[in-house]
Amino acid sequence: MTSSYTDYTVGAPVADTAAPGGPIEERWERRRFGVKLVNPANKRKMKIIVVGTGLAGGSAAASLAELGYQVSSFCYQDSPRRAHSIAAQGGINAAKNYRNDGDSVHRLFYDTVKGGDFRSRESNVHRLAEISLQIIDQCVAQGVPFAREYGGLLDTRSFGGAQVSRTFYARGQTGQQLLLGAYQALERQIDAGGVTMYPRHEMLDLIMVEGRARGIVARDLITGETRSHLADAVVLASGGYGNVFYLSTNAKGCNVTATWRAHRKGALFANPCYTQIHPTCIPVSGDHQSKLTLMSESLRNDGRVWVPKRKGDDRAAGDIPEDERDYYLERKYPAFGNLVPRDIASRAAKDVCDEGRGVGPTGLGVYLDFSDAIGRLGRSAVAAKYGNLFDIYQRITGEDPYAVPMRIFPAVHYTMGGLWVDYDLQSTIPGLFVIGEANFSDHGANRLGASALMQGLADGYFVLPNTIGDYLAGARLGPVDPGAAEVRAAEQEVANRVETLLSIDGNRTVDSFHRELGHLMWDQCGMERTDEGLRKALDRIPELRREFWTNVKVPGTGAQLNQSLERAGRVADFLELAELMCLDALHRTESCGGHFRAESQTEDGEAARDDKNFSYAAAWEFTGQGEPPVLHKEDLHFEYVMPSQRSYK
Amino acid sequence: MKLNLKIWRQAGPEDRGRLVAYRVDDADEDMSFLELLDVLNERLALDGEEPVAFDHDCREGICGACSMVINGEPHGPQKATTTCQLHLRHFRDGESITIEPFRAAAFPVVRDLVVDRGSLDRIVASGGYISAPTGSAPEAHATPVPKANADRAFTAAACIGCGACVAACPNGSASLFLGAKITHLGELPQGQPERSDRVVRMVETHDTEGFGGCTNTGECAVACPKEIPLDVISQLNRDYRKATTGGRRSA
Repeated sequence: MTSSYTDYTVGAPVADTAAPGGPIEERWERRRFGVKLVNPANKRKMKIIVVGTGLAGGSAAASLAELGYQVSSFCYQDSPRRAHSIAAQGGINAAKNYRNDGDSVHRLFYDTVKGGDFRSRESNVHRLAEISLQIIDQCVAQGVPFAREYGGLLDTRSFGGAQVSRTFYARGQTGQQLLLGAYQALERQIDAGGVTMYPRHEMLDLIMVEGRARGIVARDLITGETRSHLADAVVLASGGYGNVFYLSTNAKGCNVTATWRAHRKGALFANPCYTQIHPTCIPVSGDHQSKLTLMSESLRNDGRVWVPKRKGDDRAAGDIPEDERDYYLERKYPAFGNLVPRDIASRAAKDVCDEGRGVGPTGLGVYLDFSDAIGRLGRSAVAAKYGNLFDIYQRITGEDPYAVPMRIFPAVHYTMGGLWVDYDLQSTIPGLFVIGEANFSDHGANRLGASALMQGLADGYFVLPNTIGDYLAGARLGPVDPGAAEVRAAEQEVANRVETLLSIDGNRTVDSFHRELGHLMWDQCGMERTDEGLRKALDRIPELRREFWTNVKVPGTGAQLNQSLERAGRVADFLELAELMCLDALHRTESCGGHFRAESQTEDGEAARDDKNFSYAAAWEFTGQGEPPVLHKEDLHFEYVMPSQRSYK
Repeated sequence: MKLNLKIWRQAGPEDRGRLVAYRVDDADEDMSFLELLDVLNERLALDGEEPVAFDHDCREGICGACSMVINGEPHGPQKATTTCQLHLRHFRDGESITIEPFRAAAFPVVRDLVVDRGSLDRIVASGGYISAPTGSAPEAHATPVPKANADRAFTAAACIGCGACVAACPNGSASLFLGAKITHLGELPQGQPERSDRVVRMVETHDTEGFGGCTNTGECAVACPKEIPLDVISQLNRDYRKATTGGRRSA
């Protein structure tokens, strides 16, 4: 079935010309040998801007400075240590095979391609699996306090989507500890003069000169000053766009502005509809809710998921007898039970809530019940495993999960889509590189648990520092005149936009627009997408955008710390991105990974891929706000892992 | 629930600042403390007043951005809880709540409840790391780390850099923050080569940034949302004494 929606055109295919051929296990080595090198004396003269200081940006900025480049690092937070990688809980995958349980680089590669539902590039994923080994070595050398066994060696645990134990962790704070490692390396370079740090600065536009990325326009969030920063190359490490849904597990400040501004300047945006909904988050408690909190996936190892069998059964959980409960995951997926992958667990929860069997005050929740585990293992054993998570739950909900079942509901967690990059992590704009969650990444249509940290650090520590030199050595860049017309124009554009936002002086707050957009996206472009719903959203988004630009209220001035103004700029960009997400979701009439089209399912309600028509990455070209974009397809080829239907029955 | 708020308003570093009273009538006990401020700020924006500026980001207690003193206590009354994870069910209907920024000589106020904590980053930059340039690392299992050391390192490394310890200290000292990093890196074999230099340089930066000295009041450990134990300061003092009196420092 093909879409009848015609509001886009199909352009020339896009090809990854940086990827070398040959046997897959030799490609990364071949590429490293093939790149042009920059001699150390020249590196000292070259300047690189890195936007974002999470695992990808922080590790990249530190590593590039160690190589001798002059680095300028930007983050909107007051300190680079606060980037949202800090909140990752579970762990980081690496194919060390320390457990002797049959793991290997090839197996991690295989699991990741399959887990991504065959919508990623084999070459990239294999490189990721190879580099996973070095990441653990690097982080241990930096002093990351990973969990250890009594013999002093590193401990690992199992995670969803894998049958081997390859996840390294630091209690429930792995992201924090890895980020502090990168942050400390970055601070060391700041002290040594290799990195100039710009905290509380937000990138508001990309500066292009003669078709190349040559700098950014950034706003100093304290003084309000916007000015240009020029460089030989620009690296975006600005994270994902899950906050388009308003409620998500992202930090409040996470935004799409850096990547969206680059998209508007010509960088293709790939697979925007691929978003990951995490099944185990604390449900929304009311209209005031500002963010959602994740409860680690590991809880599903011992918790049993259920809802009442009867619709509208509002008895307390403890009053519902065993035979009136529906342990629906165990019933529908006897082989994997409560441990089915994230996309499947999320959708199943939505289904039972849609049937009117959801629990809690809003009816949007399911039980995650530990009473069997407490009976089997004892309360203290359960506390030793999950105590900190139970504490978080109790702190937020005021309920004691040892006594009553937890209530959980899916929430937006991660975005697999992002700016299109080639094997060198360079976007379609020469000199603009994109790393970490901000690029369209190695995860295809679904990311496996504990793989985000792996990808962020692989890109920042090991891939980008090796590939960026090829561009810099070959580009023969002259200095940019700060008074050049292109620079002045970008500065002016940013100044005008800020001025416009402040002058509208309407009747609705920024957050009210953001909430409405988020509701719309969650309903129509969330866990389940339909032709009808996506069209509804595509009708509504431009209206909402028009209303925003005529009726938003942004108090204060531009020459001060103005958090309303910051949010207004971000929401304005979400209002454009949302349209592209819905269009991408509408055009992809198949289901794959986190993208579930109700029209494309198997007889028993599972996602049905359409490899014949959709085995490609969809890279979109911007042609103007509200104008039909151009679709460029990158065909995906599988030589090592043959596409098959995922089954967890 | 209804709450009477008194919030510190300060237009900029040069402004003297003052407490301003606000009333919120539509608070809900399931709200987080920051959501209470969101509700107030939405109303202020619609009334054409400037919203209250405050630092926040992850809202799940790990980024360390939120930083307010609530009724005299950094991060408020609940033990081991950041402001973003504090919920209104811990307050009474009709209660009066005073909200101020983290105050310390080394944390100048930027605006309202926002302070500049760049001094903490500069302490880290002066030595709070292990020098391991990318690519130079040996195999991860080349050096086993006894579990007890790894666990102690982790406990200290859990610091989120919020600065509550500084705000709670009558001297404005960052000794708990500093001791946590010294302990984290000092417990690990990888941290040994730079151990002496690290502590000397970090203490020097701590002092020049305007943080005060430690007089063992212990308020820092009580305020710490991550329950960093007070004995990291003993470790800091031991390491510092050793580094400065043992003649081990090369510089």
